[in-house]
Amino acid sequence: MINGENRQIPDVCNVSQLIEQLNLTGKRLAMEINQEIVPRSTFETHIICPGDQIEIVGAIGGG
Amino acid sequence: MSTQMQQNKTQTNDPLIIAGVEYQSRLLVGTGKYADLNQAKQAIDASGAEIITMAVRRTNIGQNPDEPNLLDILPPEQYTYLPNTAGCYSADEAVRTCRLARELLDGHSLVKLEVLGDEKTLFPDVSETFKAAEILLKEGFQIMVYTNDDPIAAKRLEEMGCVAVMPLAAPIGSGLGIRNPFNIATIVENARVPILVDAGVGTASDAAIAMELGCDGLLMQTAIAGAKNPVLMASAMRKAVEAGREAYHAGRIPKKRYATASSPVDGLFF
Repeated sequence: MINGENRQIPDVCNVSQLIEQLNLTGKRLAMEINQEIVPRSTFETHIICPGDQIEIVGAIGGG
Repeated sequence: MSTQMQQNKTQTNDPLIIAGVEYQSRLLVGTGKYADLNQAKQAIDASGAEIITMAVRRTNIGQNPDEPNLLDILPPEQYTYLPNTAGCYSADEAVRTCRLARELLDGHSLVKLEVLGDEKTLFPDVSETFKAAEILLKEGFQIMVYTNDDPIAAKRLEEMGCVAVMPLAAPIGSGLGIRNPFNIATIVENARVPILVDAGVGTASDAAIAMELGCDGLLMQTAIAGAKNPVLMASAMRKAVEAGREAYHAGRIPKKRYATASSPVDGLFF
Protein backbone atom coordinates (compact mmCIF):
# COMPACT_ATOMS: atom_id res chain seq x y z
CA MET A 1 0.00 0.00 0.00
CA ILE A 2 1.67 3.24 -1.15
CA ASN A 3 0.03 6.59 -0.44
CA GLY A 4 -3.30 4.89 0.07
CA GLU A 5 -3.21 2.84 -3.13
CA ASN A 6 -2.64 -0.87 -3.45
CA ARG A 7 0.39 -1.51 -5.62
CA GLN A 8 2.20 -4.60 -6.75
CA ILE A 9 5.84 -3.73 -7.23
CA PRO A 10 7.88 -6.59 -8.64
CA ASP A 11 11.60 -7.04 -8.01
CA VAL A 12 11.77 -4.58 -5.17
CA CYS A 13 13.31 -5.46 -1.85
CA ASN A 14 14.64 -2.26 -0.33
CA VAL A 15 13.47 1.35 -0.14
CA SER A 16 16.10 2.67 -2.58
CA GLN A 17 14.86 0.26 -5.23
CA LEU A 18 11.26 1.26 -4.61
CA ILE A 19 12.10 4.95 -5.05
CA GLU A 20 13.88 4.16 -8.30
CA GLN A 21 10.89 2.13 -9.60
CA LEU A 22 8.56 5.02 -8.82
CA ASN A 23 10.80 7.49 -10.71
CA LEU A 24 11.37 9.47 -7.53
CA THR A 25 15.15 9.19 -7.39
CA GLY A 26 16.73 12.49 -6.38
CA LYS A 27 13.40 14.07 -5.34
CA ARG A 28 13.10 15.75 -1.98
CA LEU A 29 10.86 13.38 -0.07
CA ALA A 30 10.35 11.72 3.29
CA MET A 31 9.02 8.27 3.95
CA GLU A 32 7.18 6.47 6.66
CA ILE A 33 6.47 2.74 6.70
CA ASN A 34 3.80 1.47 9.08
CA GLN A 35 3.77 4.93 10.70
CA GLU A 36 7.50 4.87 11.47
CA ILE A 37 9.94 7.25 9.80
CA VAL A 38 12.44 5.61 7.46
CA PRO A 39 15.54 7.85 7.57
CA ARG A 40 17.21 8.52 4.24
CA SER A 41 20.40 6.93 5.55
CA THR A 42 18.62 3.57 5.83
CA PHE A 43 16.98 3.52 2.38
CA GLU A 44 19.51 0.97 1.12
CA THR A 45 19.09 -1.38 4.02
CA HIS A 46 15.40 -1.07 4.87
CA ILE A 47 13.66 -4.14 3.43
CA ILE A 48 10.07 -3.76 2.23
CA CYS A 49 7.63 -6.47 3.28
CA PRO A 50 4.31 -7.41 1.67
CA GLY A 51 1.48 -5.50 3.31
CA ASP A 52 3.66 -2.57 4.42
CA GLN A 53 1.80 0.72 4.65
CA ILE A 54 4.08 3.18 2.89
CA GLU A 55 3.67 6.95 2.84
CA ILE A 56 5.87 9.06 0.60
CA VAL A 57 5.51 12.79 1.18
CA GLY A 58 6.97 16.03 -0.08
CA ALA A 59 6.79 19.76 0.67
CA ILE A 60 4.00 21.76 -0.93
CA GLY A 61 2.72 25.32 -0.58
CA GLY A 62 0.67 25.92 2.53
CA GLY A 63 -0.18 28.52 5.13
CA MET B 1 23.43 59.90 20.56
CA SER B 2 21.21 62.20 18.49
CA THR B 3 17.49 61.68 18.31
CA GLN B 4 17.84 60.80 14.67
CA MET B 5 20.39 58.13 15.49
CA GLN B 6 18.16 56.75 18.23
CA GLN B 7 15.27 56.55 15.79
CA ASN B 8 17.39 54.74 13.27
CA LYS B 9 18.57 52.37 15.94
CA THR B 10 15.00 51.52 16.90
CA GLN B 11 14.06 50.97 13.30
CA THR B 12 16.98 48.88 12.23
CA ASN B 13 18.10 47.03 15.32
CA ASP B 14 14.89 45.41 16.44
CA PRO B 15 15.20 41.76 15.53
CA LEU B 16 12.60 39.11 16.15
CA ILE B 17 14.32 36.30 18.07
CA ILE B 18 12.84 32.84 17.80
CA ALA B 19 14.63 29.90 19.41
CA GLY B 20 17.81 31.96 19.61
CA VAL B 21 17.84 32.94 15.93
CA GLU B 22 17.50 36.60 14.90
CA TYR B 23 15.19 37.64 12.08
CA GLN B 24 14.89 41.15 10.69
CA SER B 25 11.36 40.63 9.40
CA ARG B 26 8.43 40.26 11.75
CA LEU B 27 6.14 39.05 9.00
CA LEU B 28 5.90 35.32 8.36
CA VAL B 29 4.00 34.17 5.30
CA GLY B 30 2.56 31.05 3.76
CA THR B 31 3.46 29.55 0.41
CA GLY B 32 0.07 28.18 -0.66
CA LYS B 33 -3.03 29.43 -2.50
CA TYR B 34 -1.04 31.35 -5.12
CA ALA B 35 -1.70 31.11 -8.86
CA ASP B 36 1.67 29.36 -9.19
CA LEU B 37 5.02 29.08 -7.44
CA ASN B 38 6.46 32.05 -9.31
CA GLN B 39 3.73 34.31 -7.99
CA ALA B 40 4.35 32.85 -4.54
CA LYS B 41 8.02 33.77 -4.79
CA GLN B 42 7.27 37.31 -5.98
CA ALA B 43 4.81 37.88 -3.16
CA ILE B 44 7.11 36.38 -0.53
CA ASP B 45 9.97 38.57 -1.69
CA ALA B 46 7.70 41.64 -1.61
CA SER B 47 6.66 40.74 1.94
CA GLY B 48 10.27 40.64 3.08
CA ALA B 49 9.51 37.46 5.03
CA GLU B 50 12.42 35.31 6.14
CA ILE B 51 10.30 32.55 7.64
CA ILE B 52 7.85 30.83 5.31
CA THR B 53 5.43 28.02 6.01
CA MET B 54 4.93 24.85 4.01
CA ALA B 55 2.69 21.80 4.16
CA VAL B 56 3.57 18.12 4.02
CA ARG B 57 1.48 16.07 1.62
CA ARG B 58 1.60 12.81 -0.30
CA THR B 59 3.89 12.90 -3.30
CA ASN B 60 2.10 12.39 -6.61
CA ILE B 61 3.38 9.08 -7.87
CA GLY B 62 3.66 8.72 -11.61
CA GLN B 63 2.14 12.13 -12.34
CA ASN B 64 4.03 15.17 -13.61
CA PRO B 65 7.51 14.02 -12.65
CA ASP B 66 8.90 17.38 -13.78
CA GLU B 67 6.41 19.52 -11.90
CA PRO B 68 8.27 22.38 -10.17
CA ASN B 69 8.91 21.69 -6.52
CA LEU B 70 8.37 24.22 -3.76
CA LEU B 71 11.83 23.59 -2.33
CA ASP B 72 13.44 24.23 -5.72
CA ILE B 73 11.67 27.57 -6.31
CA LEU B 74 12.08 28.71 -2.70
CA PRO B 75 15.29 26.99 -1.55
CA PRO B 76 15.69 26.17 2.15
CA GLU B 77 19.13 27.78 2.00
CA GLN B 78 17.49 31.19 1.42
CA TYR B 79 14.43 30.99 3.66
CA THR B 80 13.72 29.47 7.05
CA TYR B 81 11.03 26.89 6.49
CA LEU B 82 8.27 26.44 9.01
CA PRO B 83 6.49 23.18 8.18
CA ASN B 84 2.91 23.21 9.38
CA THR B 85 0.53 20.52 10.54
CA ALA B 86 -2.44 21.99 8.68
CA GLY B 87 -5.17 19.43 8.11
CA CYS B 88 -4.36 17.52 11.31
CA TYR B 89 -7.29 16.89 13.64
CA SER B 90 -5.48 14.79 16.24
CA ALA B 91 -2.23 14.89 18.18
CA ASP B 92 -1.15 11.67 16.49
CA GLU B 93 -1.57 13.09 12.97
CA ALA B 94 0.29 16.26 13.92
CA VAL B 95 3.19 14.34 15.48
CA ARG B 96 3.57 12.12 12.39
CA THR B 97 3.49 15.18 10.15
CA CYS B 98 6.23 16.93 12.13
CA ARG B 99 8.46 13.86 12.09
CA LEU B 100 8.09 13.61 8.31
CA ALA B 101 8.78 17.32 7.92
CA ARG B 102 11.97 17.06 9.94
CA GLU B 103 13.13 14.19 7.77
CA LEU B 104 12.16 16.10 4.62
CA LEU B 105 14.18 19.15 5.70
CA ASP B 106 17.27 17.23 6.81
CA GLY B 107 16.77 17.53 10.55
CA HIS B 108 15.38 21.08 10.68
CA SER B 109 13.34 21.02 13.88
CA LEU B 110 11.35 24.28 13.80
CA VAL B 111 7.67 23.48 13.19
CA LYS B 112 4.31 25.17 13.31
CA LEU B 113 2.01 22.99 15.38
CA GLU B 114 -1.69 23.32 14.71
CA VAL B 115 -4.28 20.74 15.65
CA LEU B 116 -7.69 21.65 14.36
CA GLY B 117 -11.05 21.10 16.03
CA ASP B 118 -13.55 21.10 13.17
CA GLU B 119 -13.77 21.94 9.49
CA LYS B 120 -16.32 24.70 9.84
CA THR B 121 -14.30 26.96 12.12
CA LEU B 122 -10.79 25.48 11.88
CA PHE B 123 -10.48 26.59 15.48
CA PRO B 124 -7.66 24.84 17.32
CA ASP B 125 -8.36 21.77 19.41
CA VAL B 126 -6.37 23.00 22.37
CA SER B 127 -6.34 19.75 24.35
CA GLU B 128 -4.96 17.81 21.35
CA THR B 129 -2.49 20.65 20.81
CA PHE B 130 -1.18 20.18 24.38
CA LYS B 131 -0.81 16.44 23.80
CA ALA B 132 1.07 16.90 20.53
CA ALA B 133 3.29 19.61 21.99
CA GLU B 134 4.29 17.38 24.89
CA ILE B 135 5.39 14.56 22.57
CA LEU B 136 7.14 16.83 20.08
CA LEU B 137 9.02 18.75 22.77
CA LYS B 138 10.38 15.48 24.16
CA GLU B 139 11.59 14.66 20.65
CA GLY B 140 13.50 17.93 20.43
CA PHE B 141 11.20 19.91 18.14
CA GLN B 142 11.10 23.70 18.37
CA ILE B 143 7.44 24.52 18.31
CA MET B 144 5.68 27.65 17.17
CA VAL B 145 2.16 26.84 18.23
CA TYR B 146 -1.16 27.96 16.80
CA THR B 147 -3.76 28.43 19.50
CA ASN B 148 -6.91 30.23 20.50
CA ASP B 149 -6.86 33.83 21.72
CA ASP B 150 -6.99 32.38 25.23
CA PRO B 151 -4.42 33.79 27.66
CA ILE B 152 -4.48 30.67 29.87
CA ALA B 153 -3.82 28.24 27.01
CA ALA B 154 -1.16 30.56 25.59
CA LYS B 155 0.68 30.74 28.91
CA ARG B 156 0.51 26.98 29.38
CA LEU B 157 2.00 26.36 25.94
CA GLU B 158 4.80 28.77 26.75
CA GLU B 159 5.46 27.03 30.08
CA MET B 160 5.60 23.67 28.32
CA GLY B 161 8.50 24.98 26.26
CA CYS B 162 7.06 26.18 22.93
CA VAL B 163 9.43 28.73 21.35
CA ALA B 164 6.62 31.00 20.16
CA VAL B 165 2.89 31.16 20.75
CA MET B 166 0.59 32.15 17.90
CA PRO B 167 -2.96 33.06 18.87
CA LEU B 168 -5.51 33.51 16.11
CA ALA B 169 -6.96 36.91 15.25
CA ALA B 170 -10.07 35.26 13.79
CA PRO B 171 -10.82 31.96 11.99
CA ILE B 172 -8.24 30.89 9.38
CA GLY B 173 -8.92 32.53 6.03
CA SER B 174 -11.82 34.62 7.40
CA GLY B 175 -10.21 38.04 6.99
CA LEU B 176 -12.20 39.30 9.99
CA GLY B 177 -9.21 40.92 11.68
CA ILE B 178 -8.50 40.95 15.40
CA ARG B 179 -11.76 39.94 17.07
CA ASN B 180 -10.48 40.08 20.60
CA PRO B 181 -7.79 42.73 20.99
CA PHE B 182 -8.06 42.65 24.78
CA ASN B 183 -7.20 38.96 24.94
CA ILE B 184 -4.32 39.43 22.51
CA ALA B 185 -3.01 42.29 24.67
CA THR B 186 -3.28 40.09 27.78
CA ILE B 187 -1.44 37.24 26.05
CA VAL B 188 1.34 39.65 25.03
CA GLU B 189 1.54 41.16 28.51
CA ASN B 190 1.96 37.72 30.15
CA ALA B 191 4.42 36.29 27.64
CA ARG B 192 8.14 35.64 27.80
CA VAL B 193 8.31 34.09 24.35
CA PRO B 194 7.39 35.80 21.07
CA ILE B 195 3.65 36.16 20.44
CA LEU B 196 2.65 36.18 16.78
CA VAL B 197 -0.86 36.64 15.51
CA ASP B 198 -1.62 33.76 13.19
CA ALA B 199 -4.75 33.59 11.06
CA GLY B 200 -7.73 35.81 10.44
CA VAL B 201 -6.04 38.99 9.23
CA GLY B 202 -7.81 40.63 6.28
CA THR B 203 -5.86 43.70 5.32
CA ALA B 204 -2.94 45.92 6.24
CA SER B 205 -4.67 47.79 9.06
CA ASP B 206 -5.35 44.49 10.86
CA ALA B 207 -1.63 43.72 10.79
CA ALA B 208 -0.79 47.18 12.11
CA ILE B 209 -3.29 46.75 14.96
CA ALA B 210 -1.70 43.44 15.98
CA MET B 211 1.74 45.05 16.07
CA GLU B 212 0.43 48.10 17.96
CA LEU B 213 -0.95 45.72 20.59
CA GLY B 214 2.65 44.62 21.15
CA CYS B 215 2.68 41.37 19.21
CA ASP B 216 6.14 40.30 18.09
CA GLY B 217 5.01 39.41 14.61
CA LEU B 218 2.32 38.00 12.36
CA LEU B 219 1.89 34.94 10.25
CA MET B 220 -0.46 35.22 7.30
CA GLN B 221 -1.41 33.47 4.10
CA THR B 222 -4.89 34.06 2.71
CA ALA B 223 -4.85 37.84 3.23
CA ILE B 224 -1.94 38.03 0.79
CA ALA B 225 -2.49 35.12 -1.59
CA GLY B 226 -6.24 35.76 -1.81
CA ALA B 227 -5.91 39.49 -2.57
CA LYS B 228 -6.62 40.65 -6.13
CA ASN B 229 -2.97 41.63 -6.37
CA PRO B 230 -1.05 39.37 -4.00
CA VAL B 231 2.35 40.96 -4.64
CA LEU B 232 1.04 44.45 -3.85
CA MET B 233 -0.74 43.19 -0.73
CA ALA B 234 2.46 41.48 0.40
CA SER B 235 4.24 44.82 0.13
CA ALA B 236 1.39 46.54 2.02
CA MET B 237 1.61 43.97 4.80
CA ARG B 238 5.34 44.46 5.13
CA LYS B 239 4.83 48.18 5.63
CA ALA B 240 1.90 47.66 8.01
CA VAL B 241 3.96 45.36 10.21
CA GLU B 242 6.84 47.81 10.26
CA ALA B 243 4.53 50.78 10.88
CA GLY B 244 2.67 48.98 13.66
CA ARG B 245 5.93 47.99 15.34
CA GLU B 246 7.26 51.54 15.23
CA ALA B 247 3.98 52.92 16.56
CA TYR B 248 4.14 50.39 19.41
CA HIS B 249 7.65 51.52 20.32
CA ALA B 250 6.77 55.19 19.83
CA GLY B 251 3.92 54.99 22.37
CA ARG B 252 0.57 56.28 21.20
CA ILE B 253 -1.30 59.20 22.76
CA PRO B 254 -4.12 58.35 25.13
CA LYS B 255 -7.65 58.38 23.75
CA LYS B 256 -9.82 61.22 25.04
CA ARG B 257 -13.45 61.96 24.49
CA TYR B 258 -13.06 65.70 23.72
CA ALA B 259 -10.72 67.77 21.61
CA THR B 260 -7.34 69.21 22.53
CA ALA B 261 -6.30 72.19 20.39
CA SER B 262 -3.27 71.59 18.20
CA SER B 263 -2.37 75.32 17.92
CA PRO B 264 -1.60 77.59 20.90
CA VAL B 265 -4.51 79.44 22.47
CA ASP B 266 -2.16 82.17 23.79
CA GLY B 267 -1.51 85.08 21.43
CA LEU B 268 -4.84 85.01 19.66
CA PHE B 269 -5.44 88.60 18.37
CA PHE B 270 -9.22 88.68 18.51
